Amino acid sequence: MENSLVLVLLLSPFIGFLINVFFGKQLGKTVSGALGTLAVVVSFLASIYFFVEINQTGKPISIKFFDWISLHNFKLDMGVLLDQLSLLWLLFVTGIGSLIHLYSISYMHDDEHLNKFFAYLNLFVFFMITLVVGSNLVIMFIGWEGVGLCSYLLIGFWYKNQEYNDAAKKAFIMNRIGDLGFLIGIFILGSLFSTLDFSTLKTLITSGTNANVTLLSLAALSLFIGATGKSAQIPLYTWLPDAMAGPTPVSALIHAATMVTAGIFMITRMNFLFDLVPNIQFIIAVVGAVTALVAASIGLVQNDIKKVLAYSTVSQLGLMFMALGFGAYNVAVFHVITHAFFKACLFLGSGSVIHALHHEQDMRKMGGLRKIMPITFITMMISTLAISGIPPFSGFFSKDEILMTAFHNNTILWVVASVASIMTAFYMFRLMYLTFYKEYRGTEEQKHHLHESPALLTFPLIVLAILATVGGLLNLPGNNWLNHYLAPILSATEHKEHTLGTTEYMLMAIAVAGGLVGIFMAYSKYIKQNFVPKPDAEINGFAKTLYNKYYVDEFYMSLIVKPIKSLSNFFRETLEPALGSLVYGFGTMANKMSVTGKKIHTGSIGWYLTMFTLGVCLILCYLFLF
Amino acid sequence: MNNILNEIGIENYIYLAVILFSIGVFGVLYRRNAIIVFMSIEIMLNAVNLLFVAFSTYHQDAEGQVFVFFSMAVAAAEVAVGLAILVSVFRNIGSIDIGKLKNLKG
Amino acid sequence: MSTVLIIFYILSAITLSMAFLAVFTRNPIHSAIYLVVCMMSIGGHFLLFNSQFLAIVQIIVYAGAIMVLILYTIMLMDLNKEHEVHRPRVTRLVAIILFSLTCIILILIFINSDPVAGTIDRYDNFGEDFQSIKKLGKVLLNEYLVPFEYASILLLTAMIGAVLLSKKEKPGK
Repeated sequence: MENSLVLVLLLSPFIGFLINVFFGKQLGKTVSGALGTLAVVVSFLASIYFFVEINQTGKPISIKFFDWISLHNFKLDMGVLLDQLSLLWLLFVTGIGSLIHLYSISYMHDDEHLNKFFAYLNLFVFFMITLVVGSNLVIMFIGWEGVGLCSYLLIGFWYKNQEYNDAAKKAFIMNRIGDLGFLIGIFILGSLFSTLDFSTLKTLITSGTNANVTLLSLAALSLFIGATGKSAQIPLYTWLPDAMAGPTPVSALIHAATMVTAGIFMITRMNFLFDLVPNIQFIIAVVGAVTALVAASIGLVQNDIKKVLAYSTVSQLGLMFMALGFGAYNVAVFHVITHAFFKACLFLGSGSVIHALHHEQDMRKMGGLRKIMPITFITMMISTLAISGIPPFSGFFSKDEILMTAFHNNTILWVVASVASIMTAFYMFRLMYLTFYKEYRGTEEQKHHLHESPALLTFPLIVLAILATVGGLLNLPGNNWLNHYLAPILSATEHKEHTLGTTEYMLMAIAVAGGLVGIFMAYSKYIKQNFVPKPDAEINGFAKTLYNKYYVDEFYMSLIVKPIKSLSNFFRETLEPALGSLVYGFGTMANKMSVTGKKIHTGSIGWYLTMFTLGVCLILCYLFLF
Repeated sequence: MNNILNEIGIENYIYLAVILFSIGVFGVLYRRNAIIVFMSIEIMLNAVNLLFVAFSTYHQDAEGQVFVFFSMAVAAAEVAVGLAILVSVFRNIGSIDIGKLKNLKG
Repeated sequence: MSTVLIIFYILSAITLSMAFLAVFTRNPIHSAIYLVVCMMSIGGHFLLFNSQFLAIVQIIVYAGAIMVLILYTIMLMDLNKEHEVHRPRVTRLVAIILFSLTCIILILIFINSDPVAGTIDRYDNFGEDFQSIKKLGKVLLNEYLVPFEYASILLLTAMIGAVLLSKKEKPGK
């Protein structure tokens, strides 16, 4: 029963993918979309079943399908591990996935390749489930690569636009760099412990006193590099904002809620390893905090509605990584979940706006949509309040816990994270004000077509907004359901729960105050002063640096891409002709020698005979006389 | 009975065979008439045959003569086929001058 | 100087001179006649070794069969000395040089390897005539029976080949 249900859970999206790929065109758009959604919903229901079961028994379900790789002392099973962590991930991947599928039916309805879109989405969900439920690192890596592939396919979904293709390629290549790190980490662990199975690795690493700390640190660092690639951290974050080229549901599902959290999932999975290497943990915390700050500061001045959300995602992921770095895995997971709710809602809301404006993404040409699109406005407002950390919305609780953890571990990073939070509140409200308040700034013709989105678009928004509101209940201070739930996974070090003392209340107050300050600054600038961001050409000063994302892309371009390009050019224009002429030279030489040599073959038998005799004489001399 | 080599000496036969062989080589190189070239080859074969018999006597072994017998058989076959080829060549180009057989050039 | 040695010298002189004339004469018919004499003198050498069988076969095969075949071919082609073209001087020079070279090298090899030194005693025979037809027949038909049969097949093949090659091609083919 469990075996087959696991297979249903795993394969249902894959079957959806197959049907959509091969028969999608014949099925028609509505059926195709419904089928894709149904496939994910089935997975979601199966996940709920397992979740309920594991809540009762408390024991992880481990199923082995077959022996996969068996070398003389290295064994690898094809199996799944359903424990508290993977089920949590499954729930929100398939849950939010279902909502976004539902949303996509309406959002993508005008696209002629709707079946392809749903095929990719289903494939993505399949790989994401594989990543989450795999019982060892290699299966996780399969899923890891698979979601990367789907991400590539979906970013470049509108493949006729070369910019989108470039963005897809950028995402893929950036991810590859991280994947290499992940692979190296796998190799190190495999060679150290002769197994990659999570439960075995956990026993070995936690009990192992003979483990080589240097190699373990290297493995942890490599895995973290893999995580920076997938979860868009410094230095590999630049692909995520570009990835917004994909359709908005894709941005919501892959580049906000699920795939980008894979790095956090992996590090949480391997928490027993990271707990042993505090140096690497510190690196993770610093990288996370810096990413949060940098991305938030870039987000301050972006004008593309999706770019703002993208940088906000990077920034929030940075906060999660900071929590991971402090060993507060449950806090990070908590924020992952709440973030998935409100960020998915924000993306879908922006999608709703974009849909209404016929693919206009520039906030300078929006405004005044509050009255026209009330549902979108309200749901997005709730999510914005959540991300800004205003109680009682979910973001407040999770973010506050991160900040508290930071405060207890490293005050400097706490300051950095707090500044990032203030910036978050500022740019999120900037987005809201520019989009929904004041007068409409677009063309008259567009204004006529403005309308509230259909129910299929707003229903997921409403559900997600509710979740974003109440998501904090998962881990209320004093209740801490999530902490207890995750305790078996994180048993390595018993995480101390914050007792709610004066310090904590003060920190909360500071965080809320910071959020309010950000909101107020945005209010005074964009409502009171009626400020609209200038056109691209008039931006100058530090804002220009921010607007151009600190020139990181240009920096990478000149540091990495250009040298490689010039090296390639050197190879192509200098080395290849040289090698070519060398190779051809041999040919020409052989040819010339042949042309010269064939003159010896005069065809005269007398000549041949003479030479033959001479040769015999020489051979005789060589053999018998010298 | 007396061994003939007691009175003549194998070296004399070797000299004789060498000179005869060289005359054959000379003929092959000197003449252009294919039939004479053929005859020169026969002379070389005979020189070798002579030496075979001489050494057969020298080693008191009949196998040398058996080889001579076989070499004669091969020579007969070779002459038969070779002359047939020459006849056919002559029929085609009207000459058996080896200087004119130049189709083998590179 | 024994009689046998004198006979050997005379025979050798005939062999060499006839061979040389056969190569050198410009008339092919004369060449062939000289060669017949040369072959016969070689047969004489064989007789000196007391190998009558080979001597007879030499005369029958070479002087008889082969030379007659060659003579017939020459007559068939109607060759005479008008057909013979002068070879350029360089060719003749080269031929002579290579002739001397072969000669010198082979003799040098012989002297170098020195097979005769100190083995003069081995010229003794052991009371058995190794050259007799009887002995030869036994060796030939016992140890060399299979090659002997192959030789017959070779001759048959050569015969068929010769007939096929010299046959006139039918016009139109």
